[in-house]
Formats: sequence, structure tokens, C-alpha cells
Amino acid sequence: MGGVAALRYWRGHPIALLALLYLIAVASAAILAPVIAPYRYDAQDPAAVLQPPSAKHLLGTDELGRDVFSRLVYGARVSLSVVVQVELLEVLIGVTLGLLAGYFRGRWDALIMRFTDMMFAFPDILLAILIVAILGPGLHNVFIALALTGWPSLARVVRSQTLSLREREFVESARAIGLSHTRIILRYILPNLLPTVLVAVTVDAAGVVLAESALSFLGLGAQPPLPSWGRMIDDARQLMRSQPLLLVYPAVVLSLTVMSLNFLGDALRDLWDPRRGRR
Amino acid sequence: MSAHPLVEIKGLKVYFPLAHGEVVRAVDGVDLRIHAGEAVGLVGESGSGKSTLARALLRLLPLTAGEVWFDGRPLHRLPEREMRPLRAQMQIVFQDPMASLNPRMRVGAILAEPLEVHRIARGRQAWEQAGRLLERVGLSREHLHRYPHEFSGGQRQRICIARAIATQPRLLVADEPTSALDLSIRAQIHRLLRELQEELNMAILFVTHDLHAVRQVCSRVEVMYLGKIVECAPVQRLFTEPAHPYTRTLLDAVLEPMPSQARRPRRLPTGDAPTATRVPTGCRFHTRCPIAQERCREEEPELREVGKGHRAACFYPLSGGTG
Repeated sequence: MGGVAALRYWRGHPIALLALLYLIAVASAAILAPVIAPYRYDAQDPAAVLQPPSAKHLLGTDELGRDVFSRLVYGARVSLSVVVQVELLEVLIGVTLGLLAGYFRGRWDALIMRFTDMMFAFPDILLAILIVAILGPGLHNVFIALALTGWPSLARVVRSQTLSLREREFVESARAIGLSHTRIILRYILPNLLPTVLVAVTVDAAGVVLAESALSFLGLGAQPPLPSWGRMIDDARQLMRSQPLLLVYPAVVLSLTVMSLNFLGDALRDLWDPRRGRR
Repeated sequence: MSAHPLVEIKGLKVYFPLAHGEVVRAVDGVDLRIHAGEAVGLVGESGSGKSTLARALLRLLPLTAGEVWFDGRPLHRLPEREMRPLRAQMQIVFQDPMASLNPRMRVGAILAEPLEVHRIARGRQAWEQAGRLLERVGLSREHLHRYPHEFSGGQRQRICIARAIATQPRLLVADEPTSALDLSIRAQIHRLLRELQEELNMAILFVTHDLHAVRQVCSRVEVMYLGKIVECAPVQRLFTEPAHPYTRTLLDAVLEPMPSQARRPRRLPTGDAPTATRVPTGCRFHTRCPIAQERCREEEPELREVGKGHRAACFYPLSGGTG
């Protein structure tokens, strides 16, 4: 995809562009959290609990006198790091299995895909809760649980794309040249899977953000005082009537992130769609 | 030239089972020889099995039955692992040059790959050689750094040809290499193939339904109908004295540049081609043949000599009908 065509695309899709910019902002906040946040996420000020927004505390403070803005920024760090790790592990498992199934077909395919179907039969979040329940609460185990429940959909997408790629003539000519399966997979199949995988990962990331928050909300994820957006929503629940804003901030940030990831996924899908008359 | 042929195919069958129990008999008992340095045309309608035959010859498709010998080696018995080193000696050019080039590799990498895999050259040396290959097929060294989508159809096919000759193969299969190209480009590609064939003393199996192309490239022609070879002859003889009624209809289907000066009334095949799932009994062509007799419905004709180097599978050949 040429750079010029891509630029033109973003200009024609302001919502996708906004989503991209928002995600860049959140990601930079996550990476630069210690620089951006005025306070540490666990710095308590007993003299200033439940303050309204002010110059000193941009979004006010919570019931322990912690700066809400700083906690949101660190929360981005926690949530996004979980997302990145989950997606990396999912890609490792999903792409490997999907590719092997689609490329070698036959017995491999049947075995791998029946296993994937089996994983599909469980409701993801329940399975994740089960895994965390077995491994014990904590972010690390959340990441493992989410990756283990999330890869099957990626494996399916990769498999179907591989099935169509392997019938393409350039793969046949690769065989005619005398390339080994390994080389064909690494140089011919994998690079051509990239767009598909990126789109799938982006859309899936939205689900992971949500699932991580859900697990943290249930007390299975980030442990206090570590903030994650789900954790903050859970903490704010008790004060919902008197201090509704404490609930609104993390909820808005979370929703915007999920929405943006979905918009970005759709945009990437359009952008790489060969029917969009690429040139 | 050596006494034994470069390629010898015996009783080759390639069947594709369909879901509901039917079987497509794409190639249904073919014998074929290609000598070293010889350019052979393989013609027939679409669906006659010519592309399947070409791919099976290179073991790109599983064989159902029969033998394929290449330079005295039994390809039909070799596992893929042992096929790979041999592939340097047999290459293929496909119909759609865009589809047969990896869109994510630069031309230089595409051309260097066969050289590296077969340990002919590596690294800078391989790119150097890739540049020479590009120049040989009429492109320039600067094109090494471009991607396939930056070229026109004809140029892409030149790239495919360059890749195919990179390892100096002894056999080049060209599977309708010009069907997807502009008429104006076709002749250039045909000339290029002809030149390369002489220069590298390379045998060519030229698969096409374009009879003009066969005339430009080949010295001998095999005509295929519904999975079988029905006639083979030296090019000139086939055009002037076709023996099989099917070949005759193929020739008649070619439009004359001057219709008023046509030598004879056009005789086109009647009816639809039977499908390869339900091959007619007897002679496969009898359902559409203008001169079919009772015998043709019951008995299947074998290829028989009807002239010098000219064989046809017909009980009532149109020419040289001595036997």
C-alpha cells in the first residue's frame, strides 16, 4: 500500500483518523506515564480525599486522596501492557496453528481445527475466569487466561486465509522452483498474511481491553493499589451516588479505547481490501 | 541429441474425485515424449486437461497412475524431498504473471531465490546474476529493486520467464504464457521463448489453445481432447494435413484474416464438449464428430501412424489414411 493512497484514505475517514489519534495519545500516555502523571498512582493524601477537579488535581482525588488523572494514566499503562502481551501470545499460538492447519491440510488440519472448535464452545470470559481461579488472581494470570481463550478466532482467520493463499499461483511457482515448505511458509505465506493478522489483532484488542477490565472489576486482575481501568470502576462503584465522576472517568476512557480499536480495525480492513482498487 | 528422450510419460492418469462420488478424469492415459532441446506444443480446448498434464509432469499435482521419466529418472516414484534438487532442471511459466509473482518480494529477490536455493549463487553475486537475467529477457537492471505490481503484464511475464531460466533448466513448461496478455505483446514473448530455447538448448512444452502461437514457437504439436492425446505431428504437417477430425475443427475455428479467401468451408464442432466426469464410450470425440461411424461409438481408437512422425487416434483419419 502506497503512502500517498494511505494518506488520502485517512483524510476521507475522519472518524478513523480520530480513533487513530486517540489511540496514539493513550499509547503515549501509557509509555510516558511516569513523566506525564503529576503524582504516583499510589501516592495518598489523607488531607485531600474526594477533591473536585482543580489545578492541583486535574480530575480530583479518590476516597484515599489519590490523584485520579495520574491513576488513569497509569491505568492505561496497565491495561495496554496486558493487551500487548495477550496479543503477542495469541499471535504466536493462533498464527502458528492456523498456518500449519491451512498449509498442510489433512490430518493436521482436522486435529488443530477440532481443538479450536472445542475452545470455541466455551464462553470466553467464563473460561478466563476459570483459568484465573485456578492460577490465582493477578495481572500475569489474567494475561495468560485471556491469551489462552482468545487465540482460536485468530487461528480460524489465519487458516482460511492460508487455505486461499496456498492455492495461489505464486505459491505453486515457489514449489516449482524447488523451495522447501519452511521457506514457502516464511517468505510466501506469512508476509501475505500480515494485513489479515493486523486487522484481526486490532479488533480483538478491543475485546481484550474489555475482558481485562471485567476481570479486574471482579477483583481477579490488577491488585490494589495498582490501577487498571476496570479496577478503578470497581473501586468507584461504592461511591457511585455521591461521587459519580469517579466512575465516569475510567468508564469513558475505557469505552473510547474499545470504540477506537474497533474503528481502526474496520479502517485497516478497508485500507487493505484488494477490491478497493489498490494501485 | 541423446537417444532416449528427456521426458517420457507413460499411461499418465490424473483424476480428481468430486464430493458426490463422481470423478474428473482430467488426464486419462497419456503417452508423451519430449526430446532434449525440442519445442513441443500441447493444444486443446479449455478443459481438455492440458494444464493438468503440464503440472503433473512437474509433479505439482499428485499422479493417479502412470509413469513420468525425466532424463532417465522416475519422477513418479520420487518423494518431494528428492524432487526439489531436480526442479532446477525443469521450470514452469504460468498463465497469469501477476498471480505467479509474490507481491511482497522485490524483483531482485524473486530472481535471486532460485539461484540461492539451488546453490548457484548467493548474496550480491545472486543479485548480479539476477540483473543479467533481467537484461536477457529485455528488461533493465534498474528493475531489480521494484515490486511486481509496478510492471505491465508483458513485463511481468518477462520476469517470470527470467525466473524460470535462472537455473538454466533443460525443460521449460509454458502454461498458456500469453493468454492473459495483449495481442501486441504475445508475439514478442513467443519470440523470446524461441530465442531462449535455441540459446540454452532447452526443451519447451508449450501449452496453449492459440494455434498461431504454436506455429511461432514449436516444431511438433500434440493435440489433446478430453484427457487424451488424439493426434501428434510436426507443426507444418498438422496445419496442412490434419488427420483427426477434432484437429480439423480446431484449425477451422481459427479465424482467417481474409474470410473470402478461406480454403474450405469452416466446419465447427457441433454440440457441447462432454465433461471429463462423463467421458463418452468408444472414441471420446464421436459425440461431436462430423464423420463418426458405428464403430466409433463402441471401440476406442489407439494412436496409429498415419505418416512420417504423424500419429492420430482415429479409425477414419482425414489424411494419410493408409491403415
